[in-house]
Amino acid sequence: MTPVAATGAINIRNVSKIYDPDGANVLAVDNCSVDIAPGEFCVIVGPSGCGKTTLLNAIAGFHDISSGEISLDGKPICTPGISAEPGADRMVVFQNGALFPWSTVLNNVAYGPVVQGAATSTDAKTKAQALLAELGLSGIGDRYPNELSSGMRRRVEIARALINDPKVLLLDEPFRAMDALTKGVAQEFLLQAYDRVRKTVFFITHDLEEAIFLGDRVLVMTTRPGRIKQTLHVDFGRPRNYKIRSSRQYLSLKSQIFEAVREEAVRAFEAGERELA
Amino acid sequence: MATAAFAKSSTTLSLRRGLVSVLGLLVFWEIGRRLHFPFLSAVPAPTEVLASLDKIVGNSKFWNDWISSFSRVLSGFALAQLIGIPVGLLMAMSRTLRYLWFPPLEILRPIPPLAWVPTSIIFWPTTELSIIFVIFLGAFFTVVLTVLGGARAIDERLIRAARSFGSKPRDIFWRIVLPATMPSIITGMAVGMGVTWEVVVAAEMIAGKSGLGYFTWASYVGGNYPQIIVGMASIGIAGYLSSGAIRLLGKRATPWQRRI
Repeated sequence: MTPVAATGAINIRNVSKIYDPDGANVLAVDNCSVDIAPGEFCVIVGPSGCGKTTLLNAIAGFHDISSGEISLDGKPICTPGISAEPGADRMVVFQNGALFPWSTVLNNVAYGPVVQGAATSTDAKTKAQALLAELGLSGIGDRYPNELSSGMRRRVEIARALINDPKVLLLDEPFRAMDALTKGVAQEFLLQAYDRVRKTVFFITHDLEEAIFLGDRVLVMTTRPGRIKQTLHVDFGRPRNYKIRSSRQYLSLKSQIFEAVREEAVRAFEAGERELA
Repeated sequence: MATAAFAKSSTTLSLRRGLVSVLGLLVFWEIGRRLHFPFLSAVPAPTEVLASLDKIVGNSKFWNDWISSFSRVLSGFALAQLIGIPVGLLMAMSRTLRYLWFPPLEILRPIPPLAWVPTSIIFWPTTELSIIFVIFLGAFFTVVLTVLGGARAIDERLIRAARSFGSKPRDIFWRIVLPATMPSIITGMAVGMGVTWEVVVAAEMIAGKSGLGYFTWASYVGGNYPQIIVGMASIGIAGYLSSGAIRLLGKRATPWQRRI
């Protein structure tokens, strides 16, 4: 029943990124390699400023990398020599959200197909309406984003990404700053959507429980310069629900990841690391 | 339903209170004149103004003064928007233009619009054009700087999101930059409209042969004091109507900003 993803393989090979603000060479990501299988839910955790977002922005095509190569289904999308370009095959859901405040929910969701010229405005709206209904979000199409709760906004944003039928979903701490209950509901929404469409997901978070609850694999990144320190496989089946949160396996995974991240967090804290955007 | 009822009662409440405070002011003024309060004793009382009113409003010249002031304000204001909004947007989007245009703007901006009156009269062939030009200047700088500020403050994530959806530069401009700047455009209009009424009245007093500013000044020169008050009140009402129109336009143009 769950669709099997045939596309959306991300290969990150020896990627490094040096920021050069005012001539101070800051190595944000150091020789990072990750292979993500089509349809895999991959979660990155790590201390603030470890280069997680840098990596996500490179995959999204928002900025270049200094060396290495990122490819999508074998095709290089980000490597020195190719100027990075975002594309509708890689959809980003931003930290703090980026719905267009001047557009209604329906127009926000229909935005992608309209600007891509993939559909007339009317068709795009019909499609958006159908998708919203499918995801249990009907009845809010005429609202503006600021009339919705943060949890609802984030769900709309996920719908806005999914309508483009991307190969990859890139989520940058999408549920940050939500209260625990809202967060739980938003996570289950994402899991349901994932079970339905099975895209490759690249998900960044600080929240270790969230990482285990959502991911197939959790990658722990070191403090800057960011490298992959440890990989943990999460063997829960899907569909998942909140009940796994109280299982023994969940708790033991949590303590493993906690150990790995804590070391890095302490190092970052001692280095006085400031959070990078 | 409950909220609609509440909204209605709060509108009537604000209307009622507004009327009470305006009437209170008029009564205070009337009493002040009759009891010879300092300053107020020299000003014609509301009843005297009212008595002179039928002669004034019956005169078509008075209404022509309304029309000429309004048409000057609207021309200067519209020009300031037509040129100022694109200039602000262009400066926001191009660093080169920003660096080029910002210094002269900042040097010209502190010059009060009225200081432009002499050169304006010399430069433009008719007084009418020179007054409109001065009004234009009064609103122009405010509009440019407000729009520039608004367009520069657009959240980078919105642009990134739009790009990843496959927006072409044209889409970024029309679908993102313009709506994102709309609240600032409206603010620029509101502030600009206030300035234009200040400027038109003063310019008409200096150089005009018609208009509400001219009417007020001519009443003073002619010694018709109640008529001065009618002129002032007319300017006040005209300004109030203009800002009301901008507020209405603003509500229409930025529906997502309604209060919740």
